[in-house]
Amino acid sequence: MDDLYRDEILEHYRRPHNFGTLPNPDASYEGSNPLCGDRITLMLEIGDDSTVSDVAFTGRGCAISQASASLLTDEIRGKSLTDVARLGNQDVLDALGIEISPARLKCALLSVDTLRRALAGMGTTPTPTEARS
Amino acid sequence: MGSHRPIDPVAIRRDFPLFERDFGGRSLAYLDSASTSLKPRAVLDAVEGYNTRYTANVHRGIYTTGEEATAAYEKARGTIARFLNAPDYHEIVMVRNATEAINLVAYSWGRRNIRQADTIVLTELEHHANLVPWQLLSQEKDADLEFVAIDDDGRLNQQSFEVLLRTRPKLVAFTQVSNGLGTINPAKEMIAAAHAAGALVLIDGAQAVPHGPVDVTDLDADFYVFSGHKVLGPTGSGALWARRELLDEMPPFMGGGEMIREVHLRRTTFNDVPWKFEAGTPDIAAAIGLGAALDYLTEIGMDNVRAHERELTEYALEVLPRDVPGIRILGPRSATERAGIVTFNLPGVHPHDVATLLDREAVAIRAGHHCTQPLHERLGETATARASFNVYSNREDIDRLVVGLQKVQRIFDEGAGSAAGRAARSEPASTTADGASAPEPAGVTGH
Repeated sequence: MDDLYRDEILEHYRRPHNFGTLPNPDASYEGSNPLCGDRITLMLEIGDDSTVSDVAFTGRGCAISQASASLLTDEIRGKSLTDVARLGNQDVLDALGIEISPARLKCALLSVDTLRRALAGMGTTPTPTEARS
Repeated sequence: MGSHRPIDPVAIRRDFPLFERDFGGRSLAYLDSASTSLKPRAVLDAVEGYNTRYTANVHRGIYTTGEEATAAYEKARGTIARFLNAPDYHEIVMVRNATEAINLVAYSWGRRNIRQADTIVLTELEHHANLVPWQLLSQEKDADLEFVAIDDDGRLNQQSFEVLLRTRPKLVAFTQVSNGLGTINPAKEMIAAAHAAGALVLIDGAQAVPHGPVDVTDLDADFYVFSGHKVLGPTGSGALWARRELLDEMPPFMGGGEMIREVHLRRTTFNDVPWKFEAGTPDIAAAIGLGAALDYLTEIGMDNVRAHERELTEYALEVLPRDVPGIRILGPRSATERAGIVTFNLPGVHPHDVATLLDREAVAIRAGHHCTQPLHERLGETATARASFNVYSNREDIDRLVVGLQKVQRIFDEGAGSAAGRAARSEPASTTADGASAPEPAGVTGH
């Protein structure tokens, strides 16, 4: 019906994957988008082999920010930290697969920005420029 | 002025060129006038007249166009004074917007008069523009800020106000009309009560001036501020009104040209008010445009503007709950208590998604916190959607909003027909895979 809100995006919004909290996360961060109040808390467990062994998020916000977090957490589960650190903004936009207007870019990228900040807090990635929202 | 006819929405619409633009076979349903208003041709002509026929700086040129520019600029000041029923046009300081006017007062009057342990009373309704300047001042002076509480419908709690007045505040600053909810505050009564408690009063009129008659003499405030761009004027225009004796006593806000009388290398004497506060070349074109906007509105009659917007607000408050199932209207329920602003949320749909989908229908609304984060914290809302009107708005705009919202609901309802889906949809944050409880409302932990 509307390509911006294609069914898959709405489905991720209604029933987000990996929604919840982890009891003992190795990395976590609460990211927010001050313009609209979108908010995501991301938690990661890192295995001995430096892969993301578990991931969860909570949050509230628009369909785009929440679906993006749902998709992103699916994407990084089981991945090595090296691969996760390589994820760029475009990867997230590609996964969403919808046209995002400039005004909504911050919604779409809140999850990956939060991920970078969570990992930065562990002393892994990223560079400061990458982390800027 | 007694010959005002009811507003003819069709004729008025023709005065606003933006409605001529094609948005996919229709004009724009512009419902974000509280953010900024559209500009009528009379304003655009006035700006163009200055920019094409008598471009010159003000208060300087000893030549025809320079004198014309000065006269037009000062005439706009007089128009603003009359529009607000200010007793003396020297009491009108031209600024870029209400924010600048409040900062001017905070910096100039505030720095001289607010001392350690003094109290400034604000309200939970305030726009950030009437909050952050006072935070900066109170931090610098180690003064206290207190806030009048609101009730759940967004009305100021007058008992809370009375209690705070007992602290003998130096200043009370509040909005006459809430930009977040449209609440019309009982400004005159509150000003009288504040004066009785020994406080000066600043009124943020950014949302009051566009929506109805304002009379600063009758209100008996001490400072009154508004933005020109919300009242059909150009961006970059606005005014501070303050009582003459206050302006006379206040030190300059910014130093530079125009605001001086005599400048020596180590000392300067300052110009008279209001020019003492107008350092540098002002936004001459915008000020002249604002004068034209106020002339345009005076021709229509601000009582008629108010009546028109009240009628539209009543209509919106009637059809939105009726035709958009589940919609939650925030703020006072009665159109007599609110200016042309209707704030709402659709359960389970973030206002940003609402605004994006409405944009596809050429319906422009505001979504977010409308520069009132503390108000949204108080209401427990992360963000809200807001439709706001002005003199050019009509019922069709609201009808298109209704149809657009119904479409939003259809899009978000598809595939969510089951009870479980419905629950998840209405509160996505509350249904977690591991049964964890929902996070608290975003604002509560806010920054």
